[in-house]
Amino acid sequence: MKHKLVYMDHAATTAVHPRVLEAMLPYFSQIYGNPSSIYYIAQEARKAVDEARANVGNILGCKPGEVIFTSGGTESDNTALKGAALALRKEGNHIITSAIEHHAVLHTCHYLEEFGFKVTYLPVDRFGLVSADDLEKAITDKTILVSIMLANNEIGTIEPVAEFARLVRDKSKQRKIVFHTDAVQGTGALDLDVNKLGVDMLSLSAHKFQGPKGVGVLFMRKGTPFMPQQTGGAQENNRRAGTENVSGIVGTSVALKMAADNRESNSRYCQGLRDRLREGIMSKIGEVYLNGHPTQRLPNNLSLAFQYVEGESILLHLDLLGIAASSGSACTTGSNDPSHVLVATRLPEELAHGSLRFTVGTDNTDEDVDYVLSVLPGIVQKLREMSPLTSAAVRNKKAGS
Amino acid sequence: MRKVYLDNAATTPLLPEVREAMLPFLGEVFGNPSSLHDWGDTARQAVDAAREQVAVLIGANAEEVIFTGSGTESNNFAIKGLALAQQSKGKHVVVSAIEHFSALHSARTLEKWGFELTEVPVDKYGMVNPDDVRESIRKDTVLISVMHANGEVGTIEPIKEIARIAKENKIVFHTDAIATAGTIPVDVKELGVDALSLAGNQFYGPKGVGALWVRRGVRIMPLLDGGVQEGGRRAGTENVPAIVGLGKAAELAKASMSARIKQLTPLRDRLLKELPASIEHVMVTGHPQNRLPGHASFCVEFIEGESMLMFLNMEGIAVSSGSACTSRALKASHVLIAMGISHELAQGSLLCTFGLDNTDEDVDYMVKVLPPIVDRLRQMSPLYSKFIKASKGGK
Repeated sequence: MKHKLVYMDHAATTAVHPRVLEAMLPYFSQIYGNPSSIYYIAQEARKAVDEARANVGNILGCKPGEVIFTSGGTESDNTALKGAALALRKEGNHIITSAIEHHAVLHTCHYLEEFGFKVTYLPVDRFGLVSADDLEKAITDKTILVSIMLANNEIGTIEPVAEFARLVRDKSKQRKIVFHTDAVQGTGALDLDVNKLGVDMLSLSAHKFQGPKGVGVLFMRKGTPFMPQQTGGAQENNRRAGTENVSGIVGTSVALKMAADNRESNSRYCQGLRDRLREGIMSKIGEVYLNGHPTQRLPNNLSLAFQYVEGESILLHLDLLGIAASSGSACTTGSNDPSHVLVATRLPEELAHGSLRFTVGTDNTDEDVDYVLSVLPGIVQKLREMSPLTSAAVRNKKAGS
Repeated sequence: MRKVYLDNAATTPLLPEVREAMLPFLGEVFGNPSSLHDWGDTARQAVDAAREQVAVLIGANAEEVIFTGSGTESNNFAIKGLALAQQSKGKHVVVSAIEHFSALHSARTLEKWGFELTEVPVDKYGMVNPDDVRESIRKDTVLISVMHANGEVGTIEPIKEIARIAKENKIVFHTDAIATAGTIPVDVKELGVDALSLAGNQFYGPKGVGALWVRRGVRIMPLLDGGVQEGGRRAGTENVPAIVGLGKAAELAKASMSARIKQLTPLRDRLLKELPASIEHVMVTGHPQNRLPGHASFCVEFIEGESMLMFLNMEGIAVSSGSACTSRALKASHVLIAMGISHELAQGSLLCTFGLDNTDEDVDYMVKVLPPIVDRLRQMSPLYSKFIKASKGGK
């Protein structure tokens, strides 16, 4: 049977918007020059990259020269953290981050630990919020770098990054402490003005906002201590070597502009679908809990914990019915451990295993929500009937009563 | 105006077949390959198929191919990653003096981290002598990296011999094959290397994608930390359309390699012969025979390469004075200097690299257009008037 296809995994990746693709196409086969060369076809490529840089700078509220194009959000995070930490190693060796960062940040911190850096992983509350008090207490005279994400990819919680950045700035009167934020999630939903946020570095990933895969952005405020991580040619003003991915950079710029221009209407639209989905699921299925913050969360993110079932099993059943969701971060699906984010919110392990994430997009409709609501309760019920956890719980309840 | 693109070493255009192969993955097939649902599966299968295509191009096993964001990333990853993974064994690295900056600067970054670096010299043709590599080896040498061919002067290096020396001494050997993979036959087993870098935009694939092949059992420390993509060796959501394009470009290159070589070599040979014949004081740089099929490089005496480039551009001809990656640095090429060419002469560097779109008429056009440009520039050149005076005075 051919059934409806519903993609609700927009936090994993999004489809390239047709207008983005259209803008990219000329740079594949017609204007194919290497922007570092000096003749006509290369100069057109150079101009396209420069315009994209100016446009991205405009949206982020920074100068074009403060925008570095990379190969993705992961490279942006790696470059920011390693670049700043290694440049500042003579000033100090202490880094502060949160326990719920994406692995692109966390694993980079682990890497830096091998180089002799000390890292404090700030805890979060049950909603996934980092506390300003904890941050303040963690800062020492050896602290050189703080990295806290703008919004969490798994549970959607939005961190008060502007407040954290201000706090760090006040603490770094004597000595520079670099503040980085991983803003890969929530690009279409949150204000990315780097001056309002007050950050020194900010990472973006184009394929999260209907841009192409393989392109990231790193904002780096002028004067931020930095050691280049990818060395070679003089591209990106000597900060990131490698032939520019011209079509990808053009696509990123167009996608970011669309995301910024339509931020409010898209957010409202997604939130409407998300809230209907949440209310529907909560009313049709018992013992389901919301992960993340009830209000301070990305408008398109719905992360739920289902008691007595495995999130992966729900996922596979949904997939058979044409629905794409996720049990956590796509980047970690190779491993069986419960999500480090859910563990950090102190969600019991069995609930962490029963977690499921829907992330809606502007291509979703009310019918998509209806379809999910029409099939999900049956799947959960079937799985719960087969689950040893359910029968144990039922037995315990009986024994207790 | 006639437009002649003779800078295929900087980047090649995308072949229409490659573009067609990529398009679905920029449209409806957009899933994240790490996702468990159908969208993810379809993308995963496409990435796996491309991995196989790249593996076939270089005679490797697919699971040994790691996709990266570019050739530069592949070289950074290889040199830093292979050295760092072995630093408990020793901290000495050997490279050639004419490596691309992505390799050379990676090695110099290692120096900052306490490694010692030996840069092996080259002869006047830009050729590394394997004996020099042998002599540079120390007890604590953990990595040797020599490029398969140089992109500026086209010289193909004796990689097999150097790989044998590395193997005899149990040292990991990496080769930067960015200028060769997809252009001339590259087989990792035949070459005997342990790791090899390649890039899509050098053989009619897309920009923003490269690959690093690492022989199974050779340890490498990741350059990008994060998710568990690429077998835990390179984090970051896979650039699916570009990877698919790289795979397609690899397949096409493998299938038509000898035809391409047959097409490019005569064009190259004509230009190598006719340009020095039509302009006085022009020398060919790089090796006369062991050079890349579409690669013709020269030094034009008494003038500055950049001005020559500008005038050629006004005539619709795209060429370069060296590596595109350094064109903005405005320094004499480290490759030409390493070959013993003077700074003055190196300023007149001219690099013409043919691609599949080029024809005999392009050679005719170049040979017609360049001599008057050189004449004009020489008339303005103090170096040239000095030379003329000296040669008259000598008579």
